[in-house]
Amino acid sequence: MASSRLRTQFFSDVIFNRGIFLSEVQLRRYSSHFVYTADSEKTTSNGTKSKMNMFQAINNALDIILKSDSKAIIFGEDVGFGGVFRCTLDLQKRYGKHRVFNTPLCEQGIIGFGIGAAVAGSTAIAEIQFADYIFPAFDQLVNEAAKYRYRSGNLFDCGKLTIRTPCGAVGHGGLYHSQSPEAYFAHTPGLKVVVPRGPIKAKGLLLGCIRDPDPCLILEPKVLYRAAVEQVPEADFQLPLGKADILIEGTDITLIGWGTQVHVLKEVATVLKDSYKVTAEVIDLVTILPWDVTTICKSVCKTGRVLVAHEAPMTSGFGAEIAATIQENCFLNLHAPVARVTGADTPFPCIFEPFYLPTKWRCLEEALKLLDY
Amino acid sequence: MGLNRSLRFAFNISKSWIQIYKTYSTCPKFPGAKTTFTNQLQFTETSSYAPIPIFRILGPKGELLNSSDEPKLSEEILLKMYKDMTVLNVMDKILYESQRQGRISFYMTSYGEEATHIGSAAALDLDDLVYGQYREAGVLMYRGFTLQQFVDQCYGNIDDKGRGRQMPVHYGSKDLNYVTISSPLGTQLPQAVGSAYALKDTNRVVICYFGEGSASEGDAHAAFNFSATLGCPVIFFCRNNGYAISTPVEEQYRGDGIAGKGPSYGINTLRVDGNDVLAVYEATKLAKDFASKEKKPVLIEALTYRVGDHSTSDDSSSYRPKEEVSDWLNNDYPTKKFRHYLESRGLWNEEHEEQLLAQANKGILAALSNGEKKKKPKWTEMYEDVYKFMPLHIKKQQDAMKDHLKKYGKYYPIDSF
Repeated sequence: MASSRLRTQFFSDVIFNRGIFLSEVQLRRYSSHFVYTADSEKTTSNGTKSKMNMFQAINNALDIILKSDSKAIIFGEDVGFGGVFRCTLDLQKRYGKHRVFNTPLCEQGIIGFGIGAAVAGSTAIAEIQFADYIFPAFDQLVNEAAKYRYRSGNLFDCGKLTIRTPCGAVGHGGLYHSQSPEAYFAHTPGLKVVVPRGPIKAKGLLLGCIRDPDPCLILEPKVLYRAAVEQVPEADFQLPLGKADILIEGTDITLIGWGTQVHVLKEVATVLKDSYKVTAEVIDLVTILPWDVTTICKSVCKTGRVLVAHEAPMTSGFGAEIAATIQENCFLNLHAPVARVTGADTPFPCIFEPFYLPTKWRCLEEALKLLDY
Repeated sequence: MGLNRSLRFAFNISKSWIQIYKTYSTCPKFPGAKTTFTNQLQFTETSSYAPIPIFRILGPKGELLNSSDEPKLSEEILLKMYKDMTVLNVMDKILYESQRQGRISFYMTSYGEEATHIGSAAALDLDDLVYGQYREAGVLMYRGFTLQQFVDQCYGNIDDKGRGRQMPVHYGSKDLNYVTISSPLGTQLPQAVGSAYALKDTNRVVICYFGEGSASEGDAHAAFNFSATLGCPVIFFCRNNGYAISTPVEEQYRGDGIAGKGPSYGINTLRVDGNDVLAVYEATKLAKDFASKEKKPVLIEALTYRVGDHSTSDDSSSYRPKEEVSDWLNNDYPTKKFRHYLESRGLWNEEHEEQLLAQANKGILAALSNGEKKKKPKWTEMYEDVYKFMPLHIKKQQDAMKDHLKKYGKYYPIDSF
């Protein structure tokens, strides 16, 4: 990837606030398409909690794994010094270069290496620096990781492989630092794909993915690394894969999203309640594959109206799969067609990001159309 | 004294200047630079280096070229090597024919490349992990995969460990540390490196087979570079058989072949006559000892010739002259060459040969007849092993198919499953 040095430099400058391309102030302004709300997740342990942002929660999860699993290794581009988003900060110092290490700049190599390490018994945790750069590894993920168990009749598997990668809009990422490629991987039987919406979720899901017996891809919305702060349990805990979360209960319309978009939808629900006296049910899908059809369909049968929103483009986005399943399962309960509010069917544009994204205003307008249908 | 002091001062000054001059003129400080500066502007060409020579022990007639190279292998091992090469030829012949008769759907022969399989397999321990490409049946045979197991996989019957999910020749064996074959070329290379990294704390090594065509894939570059930078005990074993389906090596690469790439990655490299089973053995043995002891990769390029077609879907006469094939078959065929060597040592004769061929023919025909009679795995297994535990959506699809078959079963080949 020719642009990789650029991207490392680019993002570490932003992160370290050296302000070569953009200052923190600009960063905030550009990424203000949502207001983050902390999680009130009740499922986690009662032990000590401390304030962590999402990269700290991920770092904490990785620390727990390295401490508790002597076979665990973490590798990828620039992970040695802490990673461009600081998720692996201090881990090499604590656990040694043999367990936390840089690889050459080569995504297909990282995933291929990770598969092999997992096949031979390592708990392999790979980082792809940006989801936008995962495509050289597409073959290794789709033809190899996903099919390992199946093609060998369960003789061999790479279930101990987990891939972490930052995704989604960040305010200034343009074409190649903003994409949400979940739908490509959702079309691949054998993989599991999850997207956290904040620090607690990121920690619990990451630990869940690492210990899951199948290869998992965890897409981390990069804008949340610093913007999202919560009281995160310090202890080891796991959150289940394949289970959606109902974040706000409601009876009039179901709003479905994942990652950053969940926060947009929560805002939409607030506007609907305050200004239109409508109660919306907001659901975080959490796991893209295999996804929680039951929770979604139960909600839609109750409300009769549903809007799915995601940052990725509309055509063949994961919203299409959800819409198809809903019409199949809830046909007679629907009072309006299933609506999708998504990124445009264009590449992800840099300066036009505010017009590209499924903003709360676009979501609100569509929700009102559904309610008036 | 004053003069003496000033002289000494001047001397010291000039010494430090020399030091500085040396530092800046001959030892570049650029990160990673391991060279000197020059004022000569000239290309470094392929011909700037001598090509890596081909190590061999036997001549084309199976004669020992140098009496001091007599292999230190026991007679038992030498005979096992020869027998497996021969049985592999017989199995190939019969399974190729069985594809032509429509009994199995596909097959790939190993004609001409037996020595690369058997020579390398003999140099490894059973607990060394093998990543194959697809044309390394001999390695698996040497490790103890039975004729019945080969046939069962080709039929995809109830006893196929792969549960009938893959095309023929996609073998795999957990017991024999042979990772199940997949069709995409080169994907096994970085995986082998990852496994080698995981096994660094043991004495085990990983061997990874690939063709000269696969070496053009990005995965090959990834694997070479990762193995060198991360210090992985892996043996990259390239079977350079002259063709990637129809594409000859002249259209596959420039430079000094696959071996020529090794040193530029910082990988210790060997080039060997892949039609000389003893040379392949020695090269692989050296590679294993080095990889295991130093925790570093080795690249072996074994030069050979694909005497058979690429697969049963290929007719190589459309892209290469038949005389070229018969020349290799008649004048430098690995199994024949090795037989001559064994005969020269009095370890083999025509009578042994006839016995072995009869036994191999009988064995493979029996396996074929058994394999053909066996049922296929239950069709519901199609939905298993996608994940460790079957998720709801796959279970629903399985149930829907069950219901469908209740009504429409007569249109499906249910009886064979």
